Amino acid sequence: MFSYIVRRLAVAIPTILILVIISFALMFAAPGGPFNSERPLPPQVLANISAKYGLDQPYWRQITTYIWNIVAHFDFGPSFKYKDRSVADIIKSGFPVTLTYGFWSFVIAVIVGVALGVVAAIRQNTWIDYFAVGTSVAAQALPNFVMAPMLVLLFTLWLGWLPGGGWNGGQWQYLVMPVIALSTSYMASIARIMRSSMLEVMNAGFIRTARAKGLPMNRIIWKHALKPAMLPVLSYLGPAFVGMITGSVVVDVYFSTGGIGLYFVNSAFNRDYSVMMGITILVGVLTILFNLVVDILYAWIDPKIRY
Amino acid sequence: MVYPDKAVMEGVAQATGMAEVKGRSLWSDAVTRYSRNRAAVIGLVVLIAIILFSLFGGFFAAWSNEEIDWGRMGNIAATGAPSFENGHYFGLDDLGRDMYARTVQGTRISILVGLVGSFVAVVVGTLYGAVSGYFGGRTDQIMMRTVDILMSIPFMFVLILLLVIFGRSIGMLFVGIGLISWLDMSRIVRGQTLTIKNKEFVEAAIATGVKPMRIVLRHIVPNLLGIVVVYATLLIPGLIITESFISFLGLGVQEPSTSLGALISKGASQMQYGVIWQLGFPLFFFLVTLFAFFFVGDGLRDALDPKDR
Amino acid sequence: MIIKTTMTATATAILLAMSSMAMADSHVMAGDVLAPADMQTFVSRELDEFPSIDPSLIQDVAGNDVARQLFEGLMNQDADGNLVPGVATGYDVSDDKMTYTFHLRPEAKWSNGEPVKASDFVFAWKRAANPETASEYSWYISLMSIANADAVIAGEKPLDDLGVAAPDDATFVVTLSQPLPYFPQMVVNAVTFPLPEATVTSLGDAWTQPGNMVSNGAYKLTERVQQEKLVMERNDQYWDNANTIINKVTYLIINDENQGLTRYLAGEVDKTEIPTGQYPRLHEEYPTQAQSFPLLCSYYYAINMSDTGPEAFKDVRVRQALSLAVDRDIIVDNVLQGGQKPAYTFTHWATAGFETPDVPAASMTQDERNAKAVELMTEAGYGPDNPLTVDLLYNTSDAHKSIAVAISQMWKQTLGITTNLANEEWQTFLDDRGNQRYQIARAGWCGDYNEASTFTDLMTSTSGYNDSKYSNPEVDAAAADAKTSDNPQADYTKIEQIIAVDTPIIPIYHYASVKMLNDHIRNWPVNNVQQNYYVKDLYKVE
Repeated sequence: MFSYIVRRLAVAIPTILILVIISFALMFAAPGGPFNSERPLPPQVLANISAKYGLDQPYWRQITTYIWNIVAHFDFGPSFKYKDRSVADIIKSGFPVTLTYGFWSFVIAVIVGVALGVVAAIRQNTWIDYFAVGTSVAAQALPNFVMAPMLVLLFTLWLGWLPGGGWNGGQWQYLVMPVIALSTSYMASIARIMRSSMLEVMNAGFIRTARAKGLPMNRIIWKHALKPAMLPVLSYLGPAFVGMITGSVVVDVYFSTGGIGLYFVNSAFNRDYSVMMGITILVGVLTILFNLVVDILYAWIDPKIRY
Repeated sequence: MVYPDKAVMEGVAQATGMAEVKGRSLWSDAVTRYSRNRAAVIGLVVLIAIILFSLFGGFFAAWSNEEIDWGRMGNIAATGAPSFENGHYFGLDDLGRDMYARTVQGTRISILVGLVGSFVAVVVGTLYGAVSGYFGGRTDQIMMRTVDILMSIPFMFVLILLLVIFGRSIGMLFVGIGLISWLDMSRIVRGQTLTIKNKEFVEAAIATGVKPMRIVLRHIVPNLLGIVVVYATLLIPGLIITESFISFLGLGVQEPSTSLGALISKGASQMQYGVIWQLGFPLFFFLVTLFAFFFVGDGLRDALDPKDR
Repeated sequence: MIIKTTMTATATAILLAMSSMAMADSHVMAGDVLAPADMQTFVSRELDEFPSIDPSLIQDVAGNDVARQLFEGLMNQDADGNLVPGVATGYDVSDDKMTYTFHLRPEAKWSNGEPVKASDFVFAWKRAANPETASEYSWYISLMSIANADAVIAGEKPLDDLGVAAPDDATFVVTLSQPLPYFPQMVVNAVTFPLPEATVTSLGDAWTQPGNMVSNGAYKLTERVQQEKLVMERNDQYWDNANTIINKVTYLIINDENQGLTRYLAGEVDKTEIPTGQYPRLHEEYPTQAQSFPLLCSYYYAINMSDTGPEAFKDVRVRQALSLAVDRDIIVDNVLQGGQKPAYTFTHWATAGFETPDVPAASMTQDERNAKAVELMTEAGYGPDNPLTVDLLYNTSDAHKSIAVAISQMWKQTLGITTNLANEEWQTFLDDRGNQRYQIARAGWCGDYNEASTFTDLMTSTSGYNDSKYSNPEVDAAAADAKTSDNPQADYTKIEQIIAVDTPIIPIYHYASVKMLNDHIRNWPVNNVQQNYYVKDLYKVE
């Protein structure tokens, strides 16, 4: 297993490299550029800018310079659009934000989702079950770009309890709505997965035996059923965790949180190549890392799986 | 990127447990078991009703989906509410177009996006995942790292490119969504294949000298069918949600055509302006469609799972 | 409004009155009771993070709004858009109208206490033109016709050849390459603001960070969080600090305009744009807060007249018919509903010193226009047997979509034209439109300065922004003549009347700035058609 992990991590480096090259190719293929605007720039001005950002170099040269700067100086370059900042500045300022609200969303989604799933499974086919399934399907189906403005209307305009947006260093008042908007659909997924896996475990032989022996229900659930039933949820949490800590464009747009979720879309629209690349690499590294974690979990769940 | 239903998929693989399809009788068993599941049956009925609505609802519309009711335009909040008298059963949108006709047409597009995207995912994802899982070793390494890379490429960018380079058409939207949707499918199928390939019948096939590709197509893929069908049903709502997100970003279908996602996104932006029907009707059909798909998917999963519940 | 152009045209020494402005609280209206000091704040909602707040690099309106508070240029604008003294107390113009001499006030100071010197302007203007700075806005320096600007930007001449000089600390001299009547209007733009040479040189790109930035305006930068907010507080070194009333200015980035409105209604911001179509309702509910003022921009559709355009558009009758069949009144009254004005000519009606010329379409009723349009289409050979299909391209936005949908229906119902609507994201859209890969495309133009040529120049065959690829020697001649004419209005009238016939574009409406504005705020520059506001001139009442 250890050598497997080492091998996977070794493969990660060329993977990232290929990712960088593909992303570069996509960027060069896209029409427009970071310096296009309603008013086309005079050629001379455009030439000056291209020279400054190295865009006048041949493609291979741009890629190698870019990679070299990262490897040698850990320098991800300046943002083309937001000229007062470098890519590192943007990630340094935005990632902690999404990490914070993503982490809390994760915690809440897991706790509430698991609890809802377990309760629904134990009380299968009762109104509690129907309620839990109904709300989780609804929560999963309700787009967060509908929920976000609803939350602001409710908590800010009508009740006046919470500020309508902003971050302010992550004070709790500013965290509540982003966390609700982000965690809901994940919570619903977790609840549904948890419910079905719990049902399966409760029907398994060893639980039936335990019940036959007359062990109290609470003890069965806590001591015996919960752990094996958590496994499918765990394998889901890998990609979900990456999804949450890299934030959401909807949350960043509606709550003005200033996270990097916004830049996923924004940098593509702006053709802000360097930010685009920085974010791609960040997400790429996280994705590869957590996919590895998931694969290790798979092997742990089913020892018959060979790599 | 929040890709809403990535969620369910990974779980399904596990929850379905190792759905082994053992011979024909299973299918008739499954039908019996499905028909005993009340939620699933209701889901199916509702789903059929919605599909009929999206196909034939237009015959009952008094207006087309692009005509502007000039007389009411500009004062929608006061004069555009749902009404049977003027033929706008679902009211008017912000430009004075009939919400009923637009909802019918939007529902059609959204369901189509879900079905086509899920079809691509099934075909590509199943073959890719099965090959990768079965051959294992270096092939598996390369194929799965490719998936990792594709998954890490910000997907908005891919869509923008596709919509740009190959022109803006609904077909391209299908292809774009399909191209993204197979990635999760391939990972799940691969995971399942890893378990299946250690089964006796596969080892028997290897022992009798069946060629590898034939084993994949004849022995592995049919045994994946259960999970693939379930996953595909559960993928559809995910794709419909994805399309709504694309519409939210303004990259969805071109006007005057619309989708539920586009209608909801527009309606949500107007929700505090006294025209709640612009959000209410499309959101209702969106939710009901998704509910129906979810319950049908859950029902199928339970029906195909040989373990008796 | 005409005062400005004549003022600049009378080439003799003009010294603007300055002293009366310096009277204590001179801009507070008699009878107004000021709100307490801790309430004297101004919070504005902004659409997006500012691409830059470095005056040499700023190119957007929002960035200019920020720079105007942090820095002070040679001239400012008053509430009506007229020039008033800034760092300069006034200027002289040479007889050949090619040399402008600005006299700087000695009491002007940077926020670190250093005096503002003429050399700070020289440094700033040279920095903007410097190819190494690679400012996207360096074209503005050449637009100002400063001597050798183009050669310096191209790197063909050394920086020192740029036509700016500081003979002493209080005198800043600009040499132009040709007379430019509206030159003084142009020095209110951020790119012309002075820069603290020592700070910029020693800190490099980091000089714009809070804590580093040294500025000479009424406010100084105190906090900036990306995509969240920008905060500035009163600069007590500012020469007119005694008359500044608002203590704190905050810009909140709220990407979604509906969220902006919700947060305005929750009392979190003082100013936000009103989403399309919501003005009438808000105006009824909040008559003192919902505001609409003319804004110096025009909205139009460009018709592709180049070889890549469809054959039908080579026929002037088709172009005229398309234009006539657009019911502008419906667009402004039923779609936009925010006090915009229907446009039959290109130049914005409120442009200083400009009188909208008469064109026939403007005085017809829509029924007459439609009848005429049908007649023209029939003459051109299009009708039920030979229907025309056009592609209409617009960039992704709700407002553009609404207008495109409405117009496509007008064309369909009046002329039987089938319109394929296509929306593209911004960069793709610009690329396609700029390279004439379109048939009809949405376009908008905002005046760079408050004078008609900023619009009419677009119609010349040499303009880089003439996406229709329209070319008419008469228009080119009139536009060239207007640069030096004593009566440019005649030329502008001629241009507008020619394009009304040739119809390379379909003018649709003239913009209005439609916003919610806290009704405790006084002295908002309602009549400034560029909506250039100076927070130092605002105040809040009880």
